[in-house]
Amino acid sequence: MALSFSYVARNLLVRKLTTAFTALGMALVVFVFATVLMMAEGLRATLVGTGAPDNVLVIGRGSQTEVQSTLARDQAAIIESVAAIASDADGAKLVSKEPLVLLNLEKRGSANLANVVARGVTANGLRLRPQANIIAGRMFRPGTSEIVVGQAIASGFKNAGLGEALHFAMQNWRVVGVFDAGHSGFDSEIWGDAEQMMQLFRRNAFSSVLFRLIDSEKFARVKEQLEADPRLNVAVSAETQFYADQSEQMAKFIRVLGTAITLIFSVGAIIGAAITMYASVANRTGEIGTLRALGFTRRSILQAFLLEAMLLGGLGGVVGLFAASFMRFVHVSTTNLQTFAEIAFSFRLSPAIAGYVVLFAILMGLLGGFLPATRAARLNIVDALRAD
Amino acid sequence: MIGTYLLRLVMKNMWRHQLRTALTVLGITVAIISFGLLRTIVSSWYASAEFSSSARLVTRNAISLTFPLPITYAEKIRQVAGVANVTWANWFGGIYINQHNFFPQFAIHADSYFDIHPEYVLSYEQKKDFMHDRRGCVVGRKIADQYGWKIGDQIPLRGTIYPGIWNFVVRGIYEPGTNKTDASQFLLHWEYLNERVKSVLPSRAESTGLFIVQLADSKQAATVSAAIDSVFHNSLAETRTETQKAFQLGFVAMVDTILIAIQSVAFVVIVIILAVVANTMTMTARERTPEYATLKALGFSVQFVVLLIVGESIMIALTGGALGMLGTFPVAQAFSKATGSMFAVFEVSSSTLWLQLIAAVLVGLLASIIPAWHSARIRIVDGLRAVA
Repeated sequence: MALSFSYVARNLLVRKLTTAFTALGMALVVFVFATVLMMAEGLRATLVGTGAPDNVLVIGRGSQTEVQSTLARDQAAIIESVAAIASDADGAKLVSKEPLVLLNLEKRGSANLANVVARGVTANGLRLRPQANIIAGRMFRPGTSEIVVGQAIASGFKNAGLGEALHFAMQNWRVVGVFDAGHSGFDSEIWGDAEQMMQLFRRNAFSSVLFRLIDSEKFARVKEQLEADPRLNVAVSAETQFYADQSEQMAKFIRVLGTAITLIFSVGAIIGAAITMYASVANRTGEIGTLRALGFTRRSILQAFLLEAMLLGGLGGVVGLFAASFMRFVHVSTTNLQTFAEIAFSFRLSPAIAGYVVLFAILMGLLGGFLPATRAARLNIVDALRAD
Repeated sequence: MIGTYLLRLVMKNMWRHQLRTALTVLGITVAIISFGLLRTIVSSWYASAEFSSSARLVTRNAISLTFPLPITYAEKIRQVAGVANVTWANWFGGIYINQHNFFPQFAIHADSYFDIHPEYVLSYEQKKDFMHDRRGCVVGRKIADQYGWKIGDQIPLRGTIYPGIWNFVVRGIYEPGTNKTDASQFLLHWEYLNERVKSVLPSRAESTGLFIVQLADSKQAATVSAAIDSVFHNSLAETRTETQKAFQLGFVAMVDTILIAIQSVAFVVIVIILAVVANTMTMTARERTPEYATLKALGFSVQFVVLLIVGESIMIALTGGALGMLGTFPVAQAFSKATGSMFAVFEVSSSTLWLQLIAAVLVGLLASIIPAWHSARIRIVDGLRAVA
């Protein structure tokens, strides 16, 4: 026969202050845990959302990022000749050959410098990235030193707002438009005319080539064909995968560090739960004796105390998760150590994270309550009844 | 007299609930250790800036670090008034076996590099051997120990910026001159890199990423920096010159979002443990309500009872705090070993120890406020009648 749920729950209500303190400790652990997971998830989602499904990105082999890569014009022409590349209505191939540079720009609100990706694009480059839409101003005119900037750049960097001008490569680049790329990595980029950029940066090579496949089934063959070509020496990846990989190290770093911190922190909260549950057992020794005398088994006593501890943990978990859910409104911008370029993202709460952290909280309660509950279950009826 | 009596009573009280006190102390110990470890992680990040001598400037391309400067700039910089010596270093960015083995690699001008960096202590013979071998390299003691490299070993690096597999022979192992010296650098000949780059990437030849400038007088850092930058103003490759310290801090600033997060989390663990200790003290004080009432009835002052509770709380917190401070050292050492060359220097600073002590005292003090206030307020009659 099990003890009723309301008996268990009411025990937590009797000593409100103790329950509150213990749950608070666990709530804080859950808050940290949830926030860290949300941060890693936000970064991942931003970079995963950067690519489009049928797009293929080619960079030089050995390079880890687009910025490190160089593809000479003749190499780019070979890539462009691949048969499986989709064409637009006019029969022109959907290929974009892009130079990429890092610009060291000053952030707004501080003197700190950060590296921002400036990408040279063409009309095709824009068509290959349908998620980017101009939300203020207009698109740059080809052949001019006009630029458009992602919304995170417009708001985060000095002289990068609409109508302002950035100075680099002996030129003033006027910001004529701001684009929204659906919270993808492109929101942290500056786009200008590809040929103009190459000329002014005195570069004669592209960084990457992006193209759309006629059919995504053809990816494996195209990859094999290009990577085997002795004239090229390139690495071919699906665009979505390429950007997802760029978040991998950083997201893993955040997740591993965060989980390690959380595990250490949880020791404190588990101890808190153990102290509370030991006191709960000690105070109710007589009561436990009575229950046993009434015919409740050791097992149901054990269950009742374990349930009480789990309830305590669950309470902390829900409170912590509730507090962490407000972190969704926080936007951060930091350097992705993998690409060395600035990336803006926000914390993201997924149902998996919510379920995960609440389970974690319940587990903390269970661990903390285990020894006290065992002690309660082992009590001898006579001794227990005599205790008060 | 009353003081020693109070202290004895506090000590006696403290160990009446041995299990509860032991658990609380353990919780505080864990919290203080993690607080110390997190603080040390953050300060180690900043420590990189402290390697740098204030008598040195770093000149780089104003656009960003990914843009090189022509090597001919060395002579022009040397002619600027206030400059004592110039050397250069170029980021190589190779991968040793896999991406997890990270250490900074620089292609250096060997003649002048060691003159300007006396903190890299290299024996005369080893330096001579290095100078005579184009494919030679000099490595820091820390990475030599980490990877088990000895003089004469071949080290293959896979280039990310400069394609191909590069084999280097260890010709010297430098010792850190001070305990703030970065002993994890891998130095190779710039001339060797340049020769190979000439044949594959001619556009990148005869250039370097950084010039390191030795000042005649460290007080002139600002004026000399401005003078150097003005020499190259409005040229194809404009420069940005700053002290080595500012240059290093620039890197730290890039990830300041993460550092701020770690720092805030360090304080959360203190709040978690505060909740646990507050709970312990509340339970303890509640159980002893009749005792405190008896003391008051016997004529002891309210202050005495308050001091009894506050004293016990602080005593518990200090015990945990002291154990935590002692425990920080082995934990930090283990952490430093586990992360390898990620942190050039990983030392528990005295300011961290002070903060740990202050945190412990504060936790003890704050945790006792509610129970102390409660015991001070309660009437003797009610206290005597109270049931725990």
